Amino acid sequence: MTDKDPVVELRDVHKSFGALKVLDGVSLTVARGEVAVIIGRSGSGKSTALRCIDRLEVIDDGEIVVCGHRLTDAKLNLRALRQDVGIVFQSYNLFPHLTVAQNITLAPVSVKRVSRAEALETAQAVLRQVGLQDKADAYPEQLSGGQQQRAAIARSLAMKPKVMLFDEVTSALDPELTAEVLRVMEDLAASGMTMVVVTHEMSFARRIADQLVFMHGGRVRETGPGDILLDPQTPELRQFMSHELHAATR
Amino acid sequence: MELAGVATVAGFVLGTLCAVGLRSGGGMARLCSIYVEAIRNTPLLVQIFLVYFGLASLGLRLSAFVVAVLALTINVAAYTAEIMRAGLDSIPPGQIEAGECLGLSRVQLYWHVLLLPAMERVYPALASQFVLLMLASSVCSQISAEEMTAVANHVQSETFRPFEAFIVLAGLYIVLSVLMRAVFWLLGLALFPRRRRLGTAL
Amino acid sequence: MEIGQLNANHAAFLLQGAMWTVVLSAIACLGGGVLGMGVALCRVASSRFLRGASGAYVQLVQGTPPLVAMFLLYFGLPGIGFDVPALIAAGLALVVNVSAFLGEIWRGCIEAVPRPQWEAAECLALSRIQRLVKVILPQAVRIAVPPTVGFSVQVIKNTSLASVVGFVELARSGQIINNSLFQPFVVYAVIALVYFALCYPLSRWSRVLERRAGSWRRRPAGLATLAAP
Repeated sequence: MTDKDPVVELRDVHKSFGALKVLDGVSLTVARGEVAVIIGRSGSGKSTALRCIDRLEVIDDGEIVVCGHRLTDAKLNLRALRQDVGIVFQSYNLFPHLTVAQNITLAPVSVKRVSRAEALETAQAVLRQVGLQDKADAYPEQLSGGQQQRAAIARSLAMKPKVMLFDEVTSALDPELTAEVLRVMEDLAASGMTMVVVTHEMSFARRIADQLVFMHGGRVRETGPGDILLDPQTPELRQFMSHELHAATR
Repeated sequence: MELAGVATVAGFVLGTLCAVGLRSGGGMARLCSIYVEAIRNTPLLVQIFLVYFGLASLGLRLSAFVVAVLALTINVAAYTAEIMRAGLDSIPPGQIEAGECLGLSRVQLYWHVLLLPAMERVYPALASQFVLLMLASSVCSQISAEEMTAVANHVQSETFRPFEAFIVLAGLYIVLSVLMRAVFWLLGLALFPRRRRLGTAL
Repeated sequence: MEIGQLNANHAAFLLQGAMWTVVLSAIACLGGGVLGMGVALCRVASSRFLRGASGAYVQLVQGTPPLVAMFLLYFGLPGIGFDVPALIAAGLALVVNVSAFLGEIWRGCIEAVPRPQWEAAECLALSRIQRLVKVILPQAVRIAVPPTVGFSVQVIKNTSLASVVGFVELARSGQIINNSLFQPFVVYAVIALVYFALCYPLSRWSRVLERRAGSWRRRPAGLATLAAP
């Protein structure tokens, strides 16, 4: 495979919840090592698009290929897909009855059949990567929101995924805690991880994005490098940007 | 049947009063709580015998039916009290303050702000408690109050077909409990317009 | 010491009855617990058939008074040629009854584990069984302890129904003593006290557990997993 292989590819994806059309013909390609950032209002369909990539939602029409898995395939191996894809949620979703280390080693040991010792070693490594090496034995509720979110990122990384999805991972955090999580994500992007990020943090989006995608009304309205934010071509993005600016200065 | 019906209505009223008593603090609350705990931690069967023989030893000769209603009422009132207390406790204090600020009297406050919303909240729990009461009324056959189980007992001792008699009896209870649940559901729609219109729990 | 005409012999007899009440309760809780676990798992199974069948089972059992179930097993089965001892009839009726109620309680506890926990486990490529066993059940068990202890009080009280099929537990031993003493009020008051002594500690304990679980859930950091919008 070359550097330009698409890792994630959406072609004309449609998805409705009942009468509500959430995705109305979304197409998107993310190449290996690329960081794609999806922005847009709440309700624009950006989170749904992300959840479709990990097949948490089943699409009505169109095609999605992720790391070689064709998601519309009847014989799709879901567990193989999930080993290739890591996802981090807004609400962390750490398992409260397990320590951080146990949270991280659970999937490698029970899914990949890695030995416990090896899994622990990996856990140490990913915890170092997110700056939580001293929190391995803590329970989730003993951690701050930012620490929990970093632990959740570490948990996903321990499965050595080929692509990482981030679903508004800082929306529940205070500004200082947001910064520490964003720093981890920037480091991860710099290390060459393929990432699809849904976020409300505009300056972060501009900084980190190789490809910026603006969604509105279930469609991709603008796409390009991070700098498209400085010069919006559509009235929707212009309006969205001025709104964001407003929110930031308030 | 009417056994359970009478006991449900009487038990609900008594239990609700008791729930208010539980929240009042002081001696009244202690008294109510002793009553509730005593009933909730002893079997209905023993309670029925106690009422039956207790009244008899006081020289009161009442029919088995009256004793059964009395015992069931005393029993279900305690459970109702506990459920209603939980409902009342779940009303946020802000609601009471808001009611007071509107100049509602104590009785009005209790009725509109506390009791009715609390009842709506715990309605499902109350309904299933009353279904359980209907089923438990079978125990009254033990003091030969004329209800379904006692009748089935007569039937089987005359026909010597116990299996069939009790299968039919079990079937009747199942049908009754399904019917009762349906009635409570409809009653809930009738009583609580908010539930009917929005279809969401309070 | 004598209460009315109750003497030491009577007390010993009552104690023996109380012991059988405890034994019967234990049988009902253990048997009903194992069966109830199966019911709870079927109620949340992915198979529509299992969900429907277990739902029907719960409806049927919860719609039948345990007293009638005992009559059916003890008096009914001999009518079609099976003789059943009182202990088996009473035990079986209680096990079935307990399994339906515990099954429903535990299903509620499994469903009380926040939905995103399932989702997160799924995204880590855990199989359905692994998700249930390693992620959901350990959390559900914590939620389940207080209501389960509370329900055991119900079980102890229901064992009194075994007296109607002649099984000599606490209530029945009271009836027997009363037949010789003919002081029903005193005898049944004593019986009620013994039941109270068995049940009240469990009631109290379940309430303490509930309060503790409540405060655990209220602790702000513990909300992390419930914070999904």
